[in-house]
Amino acid sequence: MLEKAITGSKNYWAWLAFLLAVIIAGVLAYMQQWNLGLSITGMSRDVSWGFYIAQFTFLVGVAASAVMLVTPFYLHNYKDFGRITILGEFLAIAAVTMCLLFIIVDLGKPMRALNVLLHPTPNSILFWDMIVLNGYLAINLVVGWVVLKAERKQLPPPGWIKPIIYLSIPWAVSIHTVTAFLYAGLPGRGYWLTAILAPRFLASAFASGPSVLILLSLFLRKFTKFDAGKEAIQSLAKIVTYAIILNLFFLSLEFFTVFYSQIPSHMTHLEYLFAGYHGYGALVPWMWASMICGFAAIAILINPKTRRKEPVLAVAAVLVFICTWIDKGMGMISGGFVPNPLHEVTEYAPTGLELTITFGVYAVGIMVLTILYKVATGVKEEIGDLKPGDVVASH
Amino acid sequence: MAVNRREFLKIAGLSAALSLGGKAAFELVLPGQVDAAQMSRPPQALQGTHWSMVIDLSKFKTEADALALEKVCHKEHNVPFIHSKQNIKWIWPTKFEHAFPGLENQQIPAEILETPVLVMCNHCENPPCVRACPTQATFKRASDGIVMMDMHRCIGCRFCMAACPFGSRSFNFADPRRFFKDGKLPNPNYPTRTRGVVEKCNFCAERLAVGKLPACVEASKDGQLIFGDLNDPRSEVRKALRANYSIRRKPELGTGPSVYYLV
Repeated sequence: MLEKAITGSKNYWAWLAFLLAVIIAGVLAYMQQWNLGLSITGMSRDVSWGFYIAQFTFLVGVAASAVMLVTPFYLHNYKDFGRITILGEFLAIAAVTMCLLFIIVDLGKPMRALNVLLHPTPNSILFWDMIVLNGYLAINLVVGWVVLKAERKQLPPPGWIKPIIYLSIPWAVSIHTVTAFLYAGLPGRGYWLTAILAPRFLASAFASGPSVLILLSLFLRKFTKFDAGKEAIQSLAKIVTYAIILNLFFLSLEFFTVFYSQIPSHMTHLEYLFAGYHGYGALVPWMWASMICGFAAIAILINPKTRRKEPVLAVAAVLVFICTWIDKGMGMISGGFVPNPLHEVTEYAPTGLELTITFGVYAVGIMVLTILYKVATGVKEEIGDLKPGDVVASH
Repeated sequence: MAVNRREFLKIAGLSAALSLGGKAAFELVLPGQVDAAQMSRPPQALQGTHWSMVIDLSKFKTEADALALEKVCHKEHNVPFIHSKQNIKWIWPTKFEHAFPGLENQQIPAEILETPVLVMCNHCENPPCVRACPTQATFKRASDGIVMMDMHRCIGCRFCMAACPFGSRSFNFADPRRFFKDGKLPNPNYPTRTRGVVEKCNFCAERLAVGKLPACVEASKDGQLIFGDLNDPRSEVRKALRANYSIRRKPELGTGPSVYYLV
């Protein structure tokens, strides 16, 4: 099926060329990091994880969201999602690819990465994160490819794939739970030391991932012949609505516990993020922008009249993406490190090289996504499955 | 029974998976025991089963007193002085409110609030950094409780730095050798680290092995720092802890620091 990816319009090739240019810039920046170490980043003794780990955390969520298509279709026989589960699975592949790359570029000694396999250490959450992420990548590669192949032949998928599809559901939950456990089990980091972190991560994941899918579906309708269908997009919109509300609800629970108990080591981080702490407040405008985007998105999504208008829905999807990206991609990691365990403040901001590497990794993921989506829409076109109802679902 | 290629590959794959999983399972039941084959201690080594330090804050008057000990340690271990937020510290003085956040209050005598408090790795009895490390590059030595680093195994993921509630760990963001003038090491007998690994105080394990006290303890005056075996009731640390009320940093976290402070 990969042959579908090597034929395409001028725009397709121009887009790939653009992504390649961003990747090359990222590789060049990474060569600097390879030679000079992580000293080229804005990280410090106090804020020892920065942009890379934050993007990793955010993208684990995007990856996990494939389950929001797989579960309704395979467990509840919700037919409208049958045609687009492949989009969710391929998005998961691209997102996990980025996650793994972000971990690699964050390592001080990347050539020793396989020590994690050589000295397996079950008491380290990173060991389990390695297992669940690679497992999730493998599951989605196998499921996505096999199901699409069967679809191309207009046959039901082979029976052996069903248990793997069912396995992908708890597995998706596991990747974001384990990723939350990376942070939520550390004593002395008050911002992360909360049992609601994993649920918060999942809620934000199920808001951000399906938002991306809505935007991708609208994009595909405009630029390819494949139409995900109004119904499927509206169902995604409802999922986003519930998830973004839950996400902000969980955040408010966090606020209640922290500010009603008034335990200083837990309050200081939220104070730093939302009001500034001892005169430091680099993230304050960002966090409030995140909140405003979140509430604006809810206002649009909760009203069926606005939600059903697709251009307005697209705006809401962008707002949800910005809200969750700032929360996880900016505040979540450095917010946990400021103030440090000695209650001193060192702020963090990424450097230009750090951002170039970050964009490079994103470009790799978007290239993977572009190629996989090209294959998927190519197959759909070949079998004439362009709109809902064109082809009677064979599985 | 003939094994065809397909079956052979199946068996080979399965046994590889089992051996990996098998080692992991063993680690779960007996953590740290797999690589427990340690060298026997040389005869001149100091003998102890739980090394511990007592820091007598009343013996520190000015910050210079504490900085002198920091200097001795950092020279001994080729810790570079880096003038940036990507610096490296094994032991350093801080204020009471930073060493013991939450314990400070306005009624504490000013001389205590102003006393420089030396802080370092606490060599915890239940170290969160060891729990977090995905490669066992940081580990608790079973024979004497020192939390150590294997600089050749560390992958530089910095999970241990996030896990440490005392901010005791530093990362080599750059090549540390580049900070020594003309590449001259303060102590040619101690190795330098490489870029990309985490480091911290090692309770001078290399000195204990040849019968010497930790460098900071040796350099300290008038019982500022006391070092000894916490499991030996006759040790100097036990005597000091019996005779005085002591505190430890963040005891509520249950890490069990092996560094005690006399206020």
